[in-house]
Amino acid sequence: MAQNLQITAARPDPALLDLPWDVPLADWPSSVLAALPRGISRHVVRFVKMSGGVIAVKEIGETVAYREYELLRQLSRIDVPSVDPVGVITGRQDKNGERLEAVLITKHLQFSLPYRSLFSQTLRPDTATRLIDALAVLLVRLHLIGFYWGDVSLSNTLFRRDAETFAAYLVDAETGDLHAKLSPGQRSYDVELARTNIIGELMDLAAGELLDEDVDTIAIGDALLERYNELWSALTDEESFGSDERWRVAARIDRLNTLGFDVGELEITTDIDGTSVQIQPKVVDAGHHSRRLLRLTGLDVQENQARRLLNDLDSFRAATDRQNDEEEFVAHDWLSGVFEPTVRAVPRDQRRKLEPAQLFHEVLDHRWYISEQQKRDVPLPEAVASYVDNVLRDRPDEMAILGLPPEHADQQE
Amino acid sequence: MATVTYDHASRIYPGTERPAVDQLNLHVEDGEFLVLVGPSGCGKSTSLRMLAGLEDVNAGRILIGDRDVTDVQPKDRDIAMVFQNYALYPHMSVADNMGFALKIAGTPKTEIRSRVEEAAKILDLTEYLDRKPKALSGGQRQRVAMGRAIVRQPQVFLMDEPLSNLDAKLRVQTRTQIASLQRRLGVTTVYVTHDQTEALTMGDRIAVLKDGLLQQVGTPREMYDAPANVFVAGFIGSPAMNLGTFSVADGSAHIGQARIPVSRDALASLTPEDNNKITLGFRPEALDIVSASDPSAIPVEVNIVEELGSDAYVYGTLKGGQGELSSPEAGENEVIVRINPRTAPAKGERIHVSIRPGQEHVFSSSSGLRLSNA
Repeated sequence: MAQNLQITAARPDPALLDLPWDVPLADWPSSVLAALPRGISRHVVRFVKMSGGVIAVKEIGETVAYREYELLRQLSRIDVPSVDPVGVITGRQDKNGERLEAVLITKHLQFSLPYRSLFSQTLRPDTATRLIDALAVLLVRLHLIGFYWGDVSLSNTLFRRDAETFAAYLVDAETGDLHAKLSPGQRSYDVELARTNIIGELMDLAAGELLDEDVDTIAIGDALLERYNELWSALTDEESFGSDERWRVAARIDRLNTLGFDVGELEITTDIDGTSVQIQPKVVDAGHHSRRLLRLTGLDVQENQARRLLNDLDSFRAATDRQNDEEEFVAHDWLSGVFEPTVRAVPRDQRRKLEPAQLFHEVLDHRWYISEQQKRDVPLPEAVASYVDNVLRDRPDEMAILGLPPEHADQQE
Repeated sequence: MATVTYDHASRIYPGTERPAVDQLNLHVEDGEFLVLVGPSGCGKSTSLRMLAGLEDVNAGRILIGDRDVTDVQPKDRDIAMVFQNYALYPHMSVADNMGFALKIAGTPKTEIRSRVEEAAKILDLTEYLDRKPKALSGGQRQRVAMGRAIVRQPQVFLMDEPLSNLDAKLRVQTRTQIASLQRRLGVTTVYVTHDQTEALTMGDRIAVLKDGLLQQVGTPREMYDAPANVFVAGFIGSPAMNLGTFSVADGSAHIGQARIPVSRDALASLTPEDNNKITLGFRPEALDIVSASDPSAIPVEVNIVEELGSDAYVYGTLKGGQGELSSPEAGENEVIVRINPRTAPAKGERIHVSIRPGQEHVFSSSSGLRLSNA
């Protein structure tokens, strides 16, 4: 085996060297593969067990591999929800000295759910809508920083639970490009392509009888367009009003916060005689709630999970009558007195099924539900016990979701 | 179907001074296959994206047919970007994979079926229409992806380095397929590549760009036989043309002892800036091996012989000459010579070559522009 492997990686893991790089990816033995569902891809992609985790390996042309690796690195540096690149390996040869395609390696996103397994589990009927919402938020965030995706689709996205919604992550940046600023043409093309791809993917699920017959695939695709446009204009539109209505500046900022965005820079201009004011957000950053929660508690969670946790923190503050205390102190007590005991009350073997923040969110939901049912305020410890027995035990392990068996998951190749 | 016209079209990125595409004037005929080619950063992809509506046009106009599309949204331009996305849907039949975009657009079922059947006939996919993509070979799947674009019957196909993520074998196959398919369909096509071989083999005409400026447009033959400047001369052709700058005296260029006659026309176009020097270009295949006593003999010391079966190339050092000779693919003072592989010299041997009369290219040493054909 005369291979001359070139490994480009920020933090190369020596375990990478043990993988059978002299075998075409399509023929890798099942002993090294992780049984994860694969999306629709034009390339050969495999999930591989390594160093206690899972990596995704994709065979792809050398220049494209380096390009995508660089792009994914840039995206993670600027904090866009995307998969973490591990590295690129080139110079592969098989046992007969035939050249093999380069590979791009990314980390498998823990607790992530590909859309195909979300649809093939029986989930709530509005799953599609919530996925679309998550994708619209991701697309707006990418466009705000000047990233043109070029191939937006459900297959190129992974979803993580985020309280009652989902958070979307970019998985495939092969066709992407980072610009200083996107033109309206680039944005509209990206969204239009997203619409076509999503409808195509849903039609495919329908053809495979994985989607309810009544689902209107075209309406779901159109919903993305609508959601995207709404969100984009809420974040970027110029607003004009009389100078006696200056409260509207604060109102705009509040509205953006509610949407989960912080305003980094707001441009305010007045006309010469000062009778009217124009405001336009210049820099908006996603993650308003998750940043606030991180600052208060050190918990790093998704946006809507943070919103839920912050609400609980607020009610804790009210219930303990500590409105006048420093928020940081109250947050510390909430963390050690409420959040951590709740998560720890879940038996260890059940804990890995969901992320801690998602567990906490679902326990809160469950408490609300049983309190309604029993017409009394069920205390948290009792709610946890009931949640574990009645809900969590029957849930699949989502840390690395086992969806379709590999032979079914892999219909493309 | 339609023509495509760039009319003084420029793209200047915010915060940069030099335009990424500078006053591009280019007319693509109806049904023509035009290739935009050049090194990275030359503006070829930007030009294509301006036509697609993905880049703003800061000055000038772009027309498709007679229609000014400069400010028209991408989806309303009646163009198709081919190959951008060709993941096939596993549960859908080949026919549905090709026609689903028409279904989204609300095209009637019978119309979809007839367009899909028509495209399938051209693509040799008729017998597979009711099968699933799983049953197809790699090449057939590629054709299904092309079918997606074809059934939309756009006025113009746009392709941006579509072969870049294919392996070498499939790349050559697909290259031929795209070219012949385009001829059968007769749809105006603008194709971007950095690979001059791809450009030469596929295009009806080639447009070479560098630093945002159009260098030359012409048929592959014209580009090869009469490059308009030194850049095009060095860019088109593989192995690349040998280019060197030499003094002119008594109506001849002096390469060491060798005298290469320069045409009267070329001499007449020399300017004071040229300082009595010309840039001379000659392709590896324009050289003959001659005896040392020939007055036009250029001595070359063989560094390496590259055997390609039907051909062989000598990479050698020019001996006993002053002047700067280089080929974009060879080193300083290196010259590439095509020779008969059956009489290949050995490494270290000295050979003498002369430029076949009429096959030299003469460029101004100051402006780099072509001075004459011979």
